[in-house]
Amino acid sequence: MVEAILLMLGLGAVCGSILSIASKVFYVYEDPRISQVEGSLAGANCGGCGFAGCSSAAEAVVKGKALPNVCIVAGSESAAAVAAIMGLDAGTAEPLKSTNTCEGGLRAADKYVYNGIDSCNALVNFYGGKRICTIGCLGLGDCIKACTFDAIHMGSNGFPVVDEDKCVGCGACQKACPKDIIKISTMSDKLLDFNKMDDALSPCAQTCPAEIDISKYISQIKFGDYAGAVSTIRERNPLLLSCGRVCPHPCETKCRRGIEDEPVSINQLKRFIADFEMNNGKRIPIKCAQPTGKKVAVIGGGPAGLSCAYFLRRLGHDVTIFDMMPKLGGMIRYGIPEYRLPKKVLEWEIEGILNLGIKTQMNVRLGTDFDIESLVASGYDSIFLGIGAWKDYKLGAEGENLKGCYTGIDFLTKFALNQQGDSPVPTVIGKKCAVIGGGNTAIDCVRTLKRLGAEEVYIVYRRTRKEMPANLVEIEAAEHEGIKFVFLAAPVKVHGDENGNVKQLEYITMKLGEPDASGRRRPVPVEGSETFIELDMIISAIGQGPDISFKKEGSRLADLTTTRWNTIGAVNPETLQSNIPYIFSAGDAYTGASLVVEAIGGGRRAARSIHLYLTGKEIEPVPNSLYKKYIPESIFKSVDGIKKNPRTPMPELPVEERIKSFEESDLVITEKDALNEANRCLTCCRICYNKDL
Amino acid sequence: MTEYIVFAVSCILVNNILLAQFLGNCPFLGTSKKMETAIGMAMAVIFVLVMAGAITWATDIYILKRFDLEFLRTIAFILVIASLVQFVEMFLKKSIPALYTGLGIFLPLITTNCAVLGVCIINVQEEFTFVKALVSSFAYAAGFGLALVLFAGLRERILLARVPKPLQDTSIGLVTAGLIALAFFAFKGMA
Repeated sequence: MVEAILLMLGLGAVCGSILSIASKVFYVYEDPRISQVEGSLAGANCGGCGFAGCSSAAEAVVKGKALPNVCIVAGSESAAAVAAIMGLDAGTAEPLKSTNTCEGGLRAADKYVYNGIDSCNALVNFYGGKRICTIGCLGLGDCIKACTFDAIHMGSNGFPVVDEDKCVGCGACQKACPKDIIKISTMSDKLLDFNKMDDALSPCAQTCPAEIDISKYISQIKFGDYAGAVSTIRERNPLLLSCGRVCPHPCETKCRRGIEDEPVSINQLKRFIADFEMNNGKRIPIKCAQPTGKKVAVIGGGPAGLSCAYFLRRLGHDVTIFDMMPKLGGMIRYGIPEYRLPKKVLEWEIEGILNLGIKTQMNVRLGTDFDIESLVASGYDSIFLGIGAWKDYKLGAEGENLKGCYTGIDFLTKFALNQQGDSPVPTVIGKKCAVIGGGNTAIDCVRTLKRLGAEEVYIVYRRTRKEMPANLVEIEAAEHEGIKFVFLAAPVKVHGDENGNVKQLEYITMKLGEPDASGRRRPVPVEGSETFIELDMIISAIGQGPDISFKKEGSRLADLTTTRWNTIGAVNPETLQSNIPYIFSAGDAYTGASLVVEAIGGGRRAARSIHLYLTGKEIEPVPNSLYKKYIPESIFKSVDGIKKNPRTPMPELPVEERIKSFEESDLVITEKDALNEANRCLTCCRICYNKDL
Repeated sequence: MTEYIVFAVSCILVNNILLAQFLGNCPFLGTSKKMETAIGMAMAVIFVLVMAGAITWATDIYILKRFDLEFLRTIAFILVIASLVQFVEMFLKKSIPALYTGLGIFLPLITTNCAVLGVCIINVQEEFTFVKALVSSFAYAAGFGLALVLFAGLRERILLARVPKPLQDTSIGLVTAGLIALAFFAFKGMA
């Protein structure tokens, strides 16, 4: 017994000594962070991360080959700890989640005939993925088999559905998918994702300037997941209440159902879901990435500025909005009247955005109260110019400076300021008023004048109703409210009385000639057709552009490139970076007067570029971008299997009631109508859609 | 020479350590889901077992037998094999980092592999010469690798098949392992 003990002790001592000497002889310097990182991992050696054990994973993290969230077992706390050890941008510690971007599935079962082995990879290897859709999900579920966490199952439509709660972001499904449809990404990745040519996108989502996943949120409405629908919209558009009211919904023009029937009333559904959140009184939580310590100044608190600030804040940056007006909202507050977008709705929406931790500086004007030099000195790393288009174009007619002559934006802003109690100056209007122009501002002016009690209100436009750039629904509403339209009329001169007040508008009749650069037929004057209208107030609303008076000699902004329309130039329309590398721009300041939804999309695009700039990455457009293009195979000439089913009409206040006050005139559809409208949606993808059969 | 070849064939096919002697079933099931993992494990086992075979043979002949302490074989061999693996790991990390990275997690996993220990004990129980012990170690390890790679190939195929829920993963793996073992019993007539 004693020998046995002695022998084992001796053997142990020999082995220990050899190992001890070997550890000196074969010593290899190892980055001390490897063991620190390893200590923060789960220590399970499960290999789920794709590396051979925790030490390999730790080594990969230190070598920069893996993200801090490499450990799929230890969760977000481990990721944050690893990020701290590595001194990495904590944003990268966001959890990875898997998503299936294709909702095709069995709807496209007839697109291929295959009876081979039950595997997407086999199908792709044998036949190159026999399916007309170049990206479509094959639905044989390799991703489901690859998932060891039971987080993916086959949905009722025959395509895999990811359970986000169970998904640990290990990426096994992404590796298994031969069609690149299953993707793992962080929240920030999703916010920075823009539509691409090889995405699974419906025509409406391709058209939307904010790139909202329209078919997804309509589908969520259909299944009663209203909170999910709000989050889907908010992933791309933070101003859903405003857009739900004022967006001219270009998406509906490309609605696949509209080819055979009436398009789905997408914007009414957006408004329904946005109002659901507001009326519910409970804000749906919005997640933000870990703070990055970078500061961004957003100049202009309109839709572009708010959108840019929202996305930058969600990406973890410290954002301050500077605005020259007393309240945020820009043109959607001061240019859009109360009856289209109630101020309390706007307040609620803006409050939700500011709640993310965005700071504001109100009543400060760029070039007067502060300048780029002071912002740079205050430590701002980047600047976004979302200054809007606040400067009305001049009419260029004699007498336009007489008393009683206004410009559209000036009139609407003064009225809004007084209405909100920010200015004591009341808005004085005439009895017989004319608004010159055919855009939305002109319509807003006439409808406002009507509500303020003007007896006769005219719209004077130099082309015909067909060429009016205003939204059709707005034109129709103005007609119903008794606005008189004078088409093919170009103002020549404003005549005044002896006191310098407006008395008459002289205009010349036009006829339409050949189309001009805008594609609209150019109006040509008819000689000797001068006509007079008796008026006491004239508002010109013929267009607007940015006020770039801040471009003073000797200032940093003196070198800022601007266009001949006074808009801010960008190196690339997709990156929106100006010729001064740390300055970015979007919205009306970049495009000229345009749609709210265009400004929101621009704000997000600029936020992406600013994020790339702040994180030291190359500012390049999204590869394979779909910017203002369509996927040719997704645009159909005819659509089979549609049963005609009328579109839900927009409920509105009766005309006699609405012209008496600034009560909201367009109303929200009922839940029953919303569900009916959602069911009209064909849930289109690239080439798949649900038939009405 | 012929004797050694016949002996090696017997170790690889007839007395296969996994399918005839049923040792090392944990790594057999655990590392056979993917072909590349299985090949990595097979290589690591061959590498370690040849060295462990030699060193345990020497330990048995020159220490345990000399002091008449053969009953300590199991515990002594565990100690020796574990130390050997640690030593090899350190050596590879310093001298052949490419091989160290290639073997990855498998090298430390083998430390307490019963197949390795089993072969070492068979070598001394059967009183093989040193050369025969080396051949035996290599051949048993190669048999382990063969069975593992065959099994991994089958499991990759099974993954694509429609397997009833209760039989999925390890269950169907065990059933398949049993069937391969039955197939290997056909080699019994060779030796």
